[in-house]
Amino acid sequence: MRVRLQADIFDPGAETNAFLEEAHGAGAAVTFTGLVRSLPDDPIATLTLEHYPALAEKQIGKMIDEAVTRFSLMRVEVIHRYGTMKPGEPIVQVMTLAPHRRAAFEGAEFLMDYLKTSAPFWKKEETGGSDRWVDARAEDDLAQERWQK
Amino acid sequence: MKVMYFAWLRERLNRSEDEVSPPPEVVTVADMIDWLAENDEAAGLAMEKRSLIRAALDEEIVSPDTPIAGAKTLALFPPMTGG
Repeated sequence: MRVRLQADIFDPGAETNAFLEEAHGAGAAVTFTGLVRSLPDDPIATLTLEHYPALAEKQIGKMIDEAVTRFSLMRVEVIHRYGTMKPGEPIVQVMTLAPHRRAAFEGAEFLMDYLKTSAPFWKKEETGGSDRWVDARAEDDLAQERWQK
Repeated sequence: MKVMYFAWLRERLNRSEDEVSPPPEVVTVADMIDWLAENDEAAGLAMEKRSLIRAALDEEIVSPDTPIAGAKTLALFPPMTGG
């Protein structure tokens, strides 16, 4: 399964190992794990992700197709959670497999940049007492746009 | 036609979807947003900033000038914050 959307927490290490078990002779695998952030100057209690399931699956599928073609990737897997999660927990994991490292790195970065701006998920931070929807960041739009060149 | 709302749009409207029958002059996604905003005070306020509303028609992300004819579902939502 190339796209997995789930509420349950996952084990990034176990997912990585399972991915590597089917390396098909590839020379490079890149694994990126996005975590629920809570920094001392901006602490949060929980993060809740709302999503549009049918569109999310479709959009991520399209992103993967494009990444595979563009970077000649051998395999891609994306795990994305929804629901409520605590700081430090994994939210997203992107894994790419390629003959050489550059394609694997770039493919993973491309996918993350697209997930940030074009996958129908919406983050809400609960800080204990107040909730706020996270605004889309201009930096994320720019990060995605640079792949359009 | 079913209209779905997500994130703060859903919260501000206090509902996640509507079943609507827009008049024939509602041709595009932008027309539909205008029509929803005109006919419902909460929608008018929630969608005041049109630049913050994104749309998907039958599970395809589309621009505001896309015609809605024949579509079953329109989803309206704020800019996405995945990853």
